[in-house]
Amino acid sequence: MDGSARYRREPIGTHPPLASPAYASTAKRAPRFAPVRIEQSLSEITGPRPRIAVAPEEADLTRWEGGAAMGERIIVAGRVLDEDNRAIAHALIEIWQANAAGRYRHENDRHDAPLDPHFSGVGRVLTDANGAYRFMTIKPGAYPWGNHHNAWRPQHIHLSVFGPAFATRLVTQMYFPGDPLLALDPIFNSVPDAAARSRLVAAFDLGLTQPGYALGYRFDIVLRGRAATPAVN
Amino acid sequence: MAPARLTPSQTVGPFFGPALVRAELEQMVEAETRGARITIAGRIFDGDGAAVPDAMVEVWQANAEGRYDHPEDRQEKLLDPHFHGFGRFGADRDGRFRIVTIKPGAVPGPRMTLQAPHLNLSIFARGLLNRVVTRIYFPGEPLNRTDPALNAVPADRRATLIATRDPSGAGDSYLFDIFLQGDRETVFFDI
Repeated sequence: MDGSARYRREPIGTHPPLASPAYASTAKRAPRFAPVRIEQSLSEITGPRPRIAVAPEEADLTRWEGGAAMGERIIVAGRVLDEDNRAIAHALIEIWQANAAGRYRHENDRHDAPLDPHFSGVGRVLTDANGAYRFMTIKPGAYPWGNHHNAWRPQHIHLSVFGPAFATRLVTQMYFPGDPLLALDPIFNSVPDAAARSRLVAAFDLGLTQPGYALGYRFDIVLRGRAATPAVN
Repeated sequence: MAPARLTPSQTVGPFFGPALVRAELEQMVEAETRGARITIAGRIFDGDGAAVPDAMVEVWQANAEGRYDHPEDRQEKLLDPHFHGFGRFGADRDGRFRIVTIKPGAVPGPRMTLQAPHLNLSIFARGLLNRVVTRIYFPGEPLNRTDPALNAVPADRRATLIATRDPSGAGDSYLFDIFLQGDRETVFFDI
């Protein structure tokens, strides 16, 4: 593999086990066999770099179709980096979320809460040369779901990230500090390690907060780092 | 500086479509792309054999020469300016997806091996708390016998990774169904 370093194995307890009984949808969808471990090759240490022209306004979800969205404006910013604190520059982050009332603009969302004609809930942003990103949106509402009696998802924003390699692809969710629903949510609590779980919760940041405009939340996204020694052919 | 700690995965959920499934990301080939056109059609099923409509398949593959469009691939093979190797396909209400691409060349594997032509797949869905990773191989390839990843799989499960020819399809057409669970569970890889 021409001396390139492979990516480190992911620590046990960080990612949720696919079979997590409290999240009912895993019952028929989580594979029963353990995944077959393979050595990383060029197939895994290379990866897609989608060639997408992202317009600056795609990082502003607070306006859509000629008007301002309802709800509490927020600023979300952070860095995409790897486990060695190396910046992941020019990485695509895709964003989606419910509106302030807890409703997605999606044909299968049947929650009886209003759609907002000025909120799409969809955004994209690229990290800069230092791995930093920033987008503006509306704080999403909590919403009920059918997982169990009186189940409600905590407020969250979905994020999809392409790191440098096929091995680093990550889709996750960002939560908000102090949300009482976090303790009750089977998706959030599917992450076994409490410290890892806490990394899914953004931090309120007065420094990011824009006076007279919007509160700021900091959320760093950490992808797999390289193994210490290069692979030997 | 202390090492940074990995961000956990969470499910893509049921509502990713408007954000992630976009027509331009399904277009893997252009008129000028070099290589043999292939179509791979399949369906995604759950453990009851029910279709999984809220799923998404991402493809990452080498070009027809067997080179990835990525700085880590330093082989002296031609890059194709009209092929970048990435595609994303949302499943329809019947769990169907259809990949139109070119057949990849063989790429090097670990320790001086040669891998059989394959597509790398990430599958995301509601109910999957992390992506699952698999590969699509092609029937009748001599390199399948020595491919390191195929050989890491118990012999009786290898067939789940090899596409079948689609007798009803036009041109070079294949079928590749994905079973998340059940008697025919697809082999997934820990990479």
